Formats: sequence, structure tokens, C-alpha cells
Amino acid sequence: MNTQEIKHLAKLSSLEISDSELDFLTQELDAIISMVDELQAVDTEGMEPLFHPIQMIMALSQPLRQDCVTESNSREQNMKSAPAQQSGLFLVPKVIE
Amino acid sequence: MKWHQKSLTELGKALAEGSVTSEALTRYFLNRINSLSELNAFVDVNPELSLEQAFHADKLIQSGQKGPLTGIPIAHKDVFVTKGWHSTAGSNILKNYLSPFDATVVEHLGPQGAGMVCLGKTNMDEFAMGSSNENSAFGPAKNPWNDKCVPGGSSGGSAISVAAGLAPVATGTDTGGSIRQPSSFCGLTGLKPTYGRVSRYGMIAYASSLDQAGPMAKSASDCALIMNAIAGHDPKDSTSLAKPNEDFSRLIGLPWQGDTSAASQPLKGLRIGLPIEFFAEGLDKEVEMSIRVAIQILEGLGAELKQVTLPKTKLSIPVYYVLAPAEASSNLSRYDGVRYGYRAKEYKNLAQMYERSRTEGFGKEVKRRILIGSYVLSQGYYDAYYLQAQKIRRIIANDFQAAFRECDVILGPVAPNVAWQMGEKSKDPTQMYLEDIYTLSANLAGLPAMSIPCGMSKSQLPIGMQLIGNYFNEAQMLQLADTFQQTTSWHKIMSEISNSDVLGENNDR
Repeated sequence: MNTQEIKHLAKLSSLEISDSELDFLTQELDAIISMVDELQAVDTEGMEPLFHPIQMIMALSQPLRQDCVTESNSREQNMKSAPAQQSGLFLVPKVIE
Repeated sequence: MKWHQKSLTELGKALAEGSVTSEALTRYFLNRINSLSELNAFVDVNPELSLEQAFHADKLIQSGQKGPLTGIPIAHKDVFVTKGWHSTAGSNILKNYLSPFDATVVEHLGPQGAGMVCLGKTNMDEFAMGSSNENSAFGPAKNPWNDKCVPGGSSGGSAISVAAGLAPVATGTDTGGSIRQPSSFCGLTGLKPTYGRVSRYGMIAYASSLDQAGPMAKSASDCALIMNAIAGHDPKDSTSLAKPNEDFSRLIGLPWQGDTSAASQPLKGLRIGLPIEFFAEGLDKEVEMSIRVAIQILEGLGAELKQVTLPKTKLSIPVYYVLAPAEASSNLSRYDGVRYGYRAKEYKNLAQMYERSRTEGFGKEVKRRILIGSYVLSQGYYDAYYLQAQKIRRIIANDFQAAFRECDVILGPVAPNVAWQMGEKSKDPTQMYLEDIYTLSANLAGLPAMSIPCGMSKSQLPIGMQLIGNYFNEAQMLQLADTFQQTTSWHKIMSEISNSDVLGENNDR
């Protein structure tokens, strides 16, 4: 993995990587990638992917519930852990100039 | 009275007879937690809240509305969200987070359900990513058997709390071995149920197709009692399976085939599969020896041994370390510093606020896994890594089904080694990944798996063996584990710390 690739990955992941970390992180990620590279050698011709273990037991379905109100209003509780708020609303930096 | 050495059934009986109150039990365990705080097993305790739950339980008991677990204290892994106690998943990004609701597991066990008393939240690897509890934002935790050693992970704090007698029982979660490996390292009996048995609602997500909650306890029969309370369909988790409720204790004490005439051969008719790959190179000799002795004991009890093969065992490591990070990178995208959690102090715009908050809030291992996850899901690599891993996952799951045509249960080690020294494997992440070799495949296939104490190393550290069952066979696995525990005493051996009285312990008598 080169510096450019790691910076791109960081962007995709919404993470900042400082220049001082780059070398070490490259080594670490390279080690992990070369470990998982073993997968390439396996013959998986005709094999369906198993995205979810439940597929081994039954067909995966998306259950639907009745469209009715089940939750009560707990706005105050939900706002309790907000890092910045005003008048019961979440505060974020200005998005539209 | 050493209440921390009693089984859940014994505690339930003492509460029913009135020889102890839930309040006294709760104070007893809170006192032990406080006195043995250097183990760093708990990350949040709140005695007032615990006692409130104990008073509630005592009222229920007095009015004759007592279930088997009412009034018994329990510790919850910090990955479960709880009303009142902070819920952080061992991460700085959730420091001081207060959940507006209880996880379904917590609700089922607590005052609105089985009536157990929450003692607090236990230490863990950040977002359950780790096998040693060294990745916790709250610092590492100590193995009660040797304070220089790791307790295992990621449910390290839960394992310590039961092994050191800080709680009668604890909850854990297992994505790649996080219930079984710390159970093995601390001498406990732990069960990861079939995927979908237990609701994941309110479990802070790591890898959603692998995560599953279960009990960490002193015996198989204790595990069964907790399973009775937590298993079942939950409309709030679309992957929880609609299975009728079952009594996980129903087979305990019964012979395998139900034939009570052959008392010395209770396991007659049981076929135990021993995968060649689980006893191959890399397994510590002492661990292997203990497991071989346990196998002989099981054979003596009537079980038949079968050699089976799980040819892709080694590949479970790369498969897991593609799939789990992929799911994690998606699950952890919710931490943006807007609605809850940590927000960086300095930033120029919204994008930088996200980036800085995540960069400062997440620990190293979590960031590594997010980056790897983004890599294997990104354009150009998706087919080669992610899709390929999902295909091999199917092969692994099929291999198990082929093995289960030959046997009823699979037996092997939980981990290649006993607990290692702190710091020994934390420098090189891939080295620690290799330690998960025997536990990962059960998660990939969604199978139930257990850890059962089966020996002690010369260095006085516990050794665990693993049972892997077919889907929904938890009750049979608990029956087998209990039969083994009726014949052996490995699960009863106590660390020095859990044998000792702590200061102030006599006050409540």
C-alpha cells in the first residue's frame, strides 16, 4: 500500500492520518493485507457467498411490522448525550455558506 | 458466607429461604468490586442504582413473586447499553454516553424481567476488537490467576468479575471468540449461542452478522439459567429468530439417550467429533494434553470418538479479518460527533469535525480495522477480498455440516495457548489475530459454541476446551458440559483472589 492509497482510505473512513503515523501505519496495514491475501489462492468456483449465517438455517427475510406508533416521545433522554445542542436541536458547524 | 463461590441455584435457594436478602448480596458484591478494583474489571458502578434494583427484588421475593434468578446480582459487559450506567463499549468516543434505553438482554435480566440486580459495567476491548482487553480506553485489566497476564478478550472484565468473585455471573458478547477465549483464560464456562438466538438490540454493534450475546458463568447449569432469561425472538432485532421458547436446563442431569439404567455411561450414544485441524501444529503441548485427558474422561462416560475434518480452519483467520472489519467500518460510521459521543474541540468545517472527532475518539486497533474494512469494500478490491471471503465463509459453514453428519458435537481447544503476559502480543496486531484460530469459524457459520474448564497449566493458568454444536443444540451442549462437570472439578478451582476474604466482608453477616 502506498501513501496515496492510505490517504484515500483515510478519506473514505473519515479519519485523519498525520504524516508521522504514515510509515508505521503503512507497515501495519500491509502486514494485515498480506495475511488476508491467502484468500486469493482458494478455489471458490461456483460457490455462493454466505452473507449472513441465518442463510444456513432459513431464507433471509426482511420482516415488516404494522405501521403504527410504538415509541413514546423521549426527546429529552435522547438529547442528553449530545455534544452540542440548543433549544432541543443538535448543533453542527455551518454547512451552507 | 462466601456468596461469590455459590452457584446461581444456591443463591436462588438462599434468597427463597430468606437466609440472605438481595440487598445484602448486592452490598457484598459491590464491596468485593470496590476492594479488588486494582483488577480494573469494572468501568462503571453505581451502588445507589444497584441497591434500588435489590430493594425491588426483595419486595418481589417477600410477596412470593420470585423467579429462579430474582435478586441475584449480575455484571454486564459495557457493550450492552443500560439506563443509568454509562455505556461506552470501552471507547473514548462514547465516554460518558448515557443510553435512553436498556438493551433487550439487560431488560430481560433486570427488574422488568428475571429480576436480577445489575452490579455495573465491565471492562472490554474497545468495540469488542481484541483478544486481551488491552485495547480498552479504560486501560488493561488483570487476570485474577496472575496479575501479569491478560484476562483474554474482548469480554475481559466480565471474565474477571466472575473468576474473582466480583459477580455471581456476567454477560458477554462473542464476535470471534470474545466469550469463549476469556472464559478459557479465566477458568469459566461460557456459551456463545446460535446466531439469532439472543437479541442484538442495544448491543453496541461491531460486526452484525457475527455478534452474539451469551452467559459467562461458573458452570454449565448456571449458563442454562441465564439462557432461559435472554433467549427468544425480539421484534426490535430483525435477525433474531422466531423460535419457541425452550428450557435450556431441561436436559441437565439426564443421560444423553435418556436411558437412566446405565448410570456409569451417561454419554452412551454421543458421538464427539475431533477435527484433525484443531490438534495440529501451533497448539501448545500442555493445552493439548489437558484436552486429551478430558476426551478420555468423556470416552469413559460412554461417548464415542470420531475423527472429523474442518479443512478451512486456518483460512477462518483471513476470512474473519476481512468480514469483521468490513462490517465494522460500516457500523462505526455512525460516530460522527453530532448526536452523541465525543466531539473534537477544534475544526474548520463539518467534514473536519467528523474526521477530528473520530480520529481523537477511536483507539488504534479500531482505526486499523476501519481502514482495513474500507479497503476490502472499496472499488477494485471488493470482489477479491470481501466477496471471496463470503464465498469461503460458505465453504466453512458447509464443512461443519459435513462434520455433523459424522458426529453430534465437535470438541477441541478454545485457544492455542493459556493466558499470555500483558504486552507480549500487543505490538504486532497480526500476531494476536492468529490466537483466534479455533474460535472464529463458529461465528462465521453462526454455530453455538462453549468454553469449559478442563485443566491447569504448570504456571497455574486455566485451560479451556471448546464444544461446537449444530444450530440450536445449546441444551444438548449444556447437558454434555454438565455431565463433564459432575465428574471433574476444574470449574470449581478458585484463584487465590477469589478464595480470599476482602476487607469488610464480614459486615453483612
